[in-house]
Amino acid sequence: MRYAETGFNLEIDLSRGSIERVQTDPRLTELHLGGQGTAGKILWDRVPPEVEPFSTDNLLIFSAGLLHGTPVPSANRTAVDTFSPQTNLYSHSLFGGYFGPELKHAGYDKIVIRGKSPSLVYLWINNDKVEIRDAGHLQGKGALETGALIQKELKEPNAQVAAIGLAGENRVYMATIEHSNSSASRGVGVIMGDKKLKAIAVRGTKDIHVARPAELFEICNRMYQEIHDNKLCGDVFLHEDDEEWHVNNFAWGNARERKKGFWNKEREEKWKTLSESVRARWTGCYNCPKDCHQLIKYPGRHPYFQKCYSKLTYAMAAYKELDFNYDILGVTQEYGLDGFSTPQVLAFAIELYEAGILTDNDLPGFPSDSGERFFYLVEKIVRREGVGDALANGVYWAARQIGKGAEAYDHNTMKKFEQLPLKLGLINYPYFLMYATGEKMAITQTEGSYPQSAEPDMEKRKKFVENWEAAPERFKKWFLEWEPRQHQPIEAAVNIADWNETMHYIDDAIGTCAFVSSFRGQFGGRPPYHLYNLPKFISLATGMDLDSDALWKIATRNRNLIRALNIRRGLRRVDEAPPADHWKKRDPAMEQKHLDAYYEFKGWNNEGIPTKETLDKLGLDYVSKDFVQRGILTGNEGTPYKEASAEKEKK
Amino acid sequence: MKGKLKKKIVKKIKVDLDKCIGCRACEVACSAFHAKPKYSSINPARSRIRMVIDELNNVYVPVLAGDHTKSECNGRNVYAISGKEYSECSFCRASCPSRDLFKEPDSGLPLKCDMCEDDPPQKEPLCVQVCRADALTYEESEEEVEEEVKQGEMEIGLESLANKYGLQKIMDTIARMSKKG
Repeated sequence: MRYAETGFNLEIDLSRGSIERVQTDPRLTELHLGGQGTAGKILWDRVPPEVEPFSTDNLLIFSAGLLHGTPVPSANRTAVDTFSPQTNLYSHSLFGGYFGPELKHAGYDKIVIRGKSPSLVYLWINNDKVEIRDAGHLQGKGALETGALIQKELKEPNAQVAAIGLAGENRVYMATIEHSNSSASRGVGVIMGDKKLKAIAVRGTKDIHVARPAELFEICNRMYQEIHDNKLCGDVFLHEDDEEWHVNNFAWGNARERKKGFWNKEREEKWKTLSESVRARWTGCYNCPKDCHQLIKYPGRHPYFQKCYSKLTYAMAAYKELDFNYDILGVTQEYGLDGFSTPQVLAFAIELYEAGILTDNDLPGFPSDSGERFFYLVEKIVRREGVGDALANGVYWAARQIGKGAEAYDHNTMKKFEQLPLKLGLINYPYFLMYATGEKMAITQTEGSYPQSAEPDMEKRKKFVENWEAAPERFKKWFLEWEPRQHQPIEAAVNIADWNETMHYIDDAIGTCAFVSSFRGQFGGRPPYHLYNLPKFISLATGMDLDSDALWKIATRNRNLIRALNIRRGLRRVDEAPPADHWKKRDPAMEQKHLDAYYEFKGWNNEGIPTKETLDKLGLDYVSKDFVQRGILTGNEGTPYKEASAEKEKK
Repeated sequence: MKGKLKKKIVKKIKVDLDKCIGCRACEVACSAFHAKPKYSSINPARSRIRMVIDELNNVYVPVLAGDHTKSECNGRNVYAISGKEYSECSFCRASCPSRDLFKEPDSGLPLKCDMCEDDPPQKEPLCVQVCRADALTYEESEEEVEEEVKQGEMEIGLESLANKYGLQKIMDTIARMSKKG
């Protein structure tokens, strides 16, 4: 018997209409755990670099995490992995809710989708019975509306549905996949639409077995309580009505300017009253006591779930108030549009219009109010009408398609992908490294374990470091020595970037939510899950013999494998440059010095390519062989990655 | 027939629908606790508490499994409470043919909440213990109930025959049957 995992993947070929249940190799679980890790392996093996994202040979993989369906709290994030037409690189997203655990109960760890259906279809997975069904009647339906319609038509209210809206159907690059209270963003919905897969519905009623049930249940019970009681985890910000931090620190418009003095008590009261009047309920995800999502009923709009900082992204991009944001989300959520990248595309278009690059010919009847303009543009984009056809490809491509100097207004993308609208003062080197080298395209998917800023008060600093259980020893020293507005040593910056991203690679393989783990140490340093307690959860669930060092090594392997996917598709050092205006005060020579140090630390060569030694040491010799064959590596490069660093040092 | 008054502990789970966040930890805990051996598997489909969720209508109702019923109701009710509509089944505890709640997924046999009878007894049913949102709370109250003298099954049957044919006729019949034997 296999523990925690089902040991089977579902392989769907939409071109041929074939459905297979395929047993997986248990050795791969030991090497990659599951989720993003094993998905990365499938992408490596089966999607060679010449495969275009819109090709039938591109895969779209839905992965349950290794711990989904076990009693481990907050293990519910489903990973979606594919290659993106926007970046032509690896694309990765996560969504919460109930989908992953349900898939495990249906008897599968993953759904691997290849090919393209000739007409719009949806997939119905009911335990062993799997069908590809016509979705013609669902064409143009909202993403959540589709879920409800499918549940009704199947007479299965317990089916969990992930669906795309009109944006995905029309291959808008900002298209999401929506499920329950969660969205998979960062460009995975476009591939689902390209494959003409409107939705996946899953119902599962099978048991999941774990290796040491009674012990696991016991520690899970305690963890459940701890997560609930820990005020520093979950979506802390969304529960606050004081939005000063967001409105002061994030940039308005097309990631243009920070507005000081916008926030005041009166506005806080007004926004609070509005939020309370439109919020029908706080909701959580499967087996997690945190309530990070709000069900919103805004007058005249379809009900939707709001989560994370999407509460303000549209309002700030349009220079509007909170009511505008709640209003437009009621439209964009149903279209299945990413609440992070879409507002930037809209604000970018307005700038082009105001600069005379887009004219009334491109935008007939364009309103004068920025809010109305947003609604207008959304309709154009999701239908790919007129200039909406270019805008639907995201800022980078739209700028180049529109031309006439539009490229100059594309100032906040990196690797062709919209970044968070953050414009800051002094460069922060760990952040520089994470932006530059992150494979997940969004800083939120890379940052998280080490505090964002120094603590001025030495007593508080000492207190912070005391009982900082999540941190390997070396970080305590660096934090103690870190004075506000000072740069940390290069060695520290390199280690911080490495630790931050490694924790995400752990979460994304086992399916635990970053809000109780890899994302949450940076505010307060007390994430419920960390490097030192996760091995026990994984061991008791799977029966694997695992300690912190072994877990770190698996995460490093996954990280290098994902890196290799992008390297094989052409990613190099030159691409690893955060937006030029991300920080006002920069030091290019020092930045490159950091990048050199980081590459070296990682066991990558000067171009950011993992060396043969590094790959071989991680058991990725098939990757190094491929690199040498393709001439990406000569085979004579130096330095492997430095053996980490978790347990040994701790003792 | 009248019985005498007797004190009885009544176990109650109070459900506050407004507090539920839909995390389904109650289902996880219940299915694990009732697995044999205990905690050996997790499967919400085997849980004796299920969430009836209709997200877009903001319906989140934890329902505890009650008795099995062979036939489904004739027609349905819809309850409108504070502008929200709940189907009758949202509140119904029965394991019944009209839905797949509260049935063992393999055998189809009905499941029923036992308020987590255990040895030693649990201080509260497991679902209540794990509900950190306090949507489920546990109460015990002592109530005086009239202890009804329970008639045996055969007695109930004979009584109805006696009502129909008279007691004498039944006695005669029994006498005749016993001679034949």
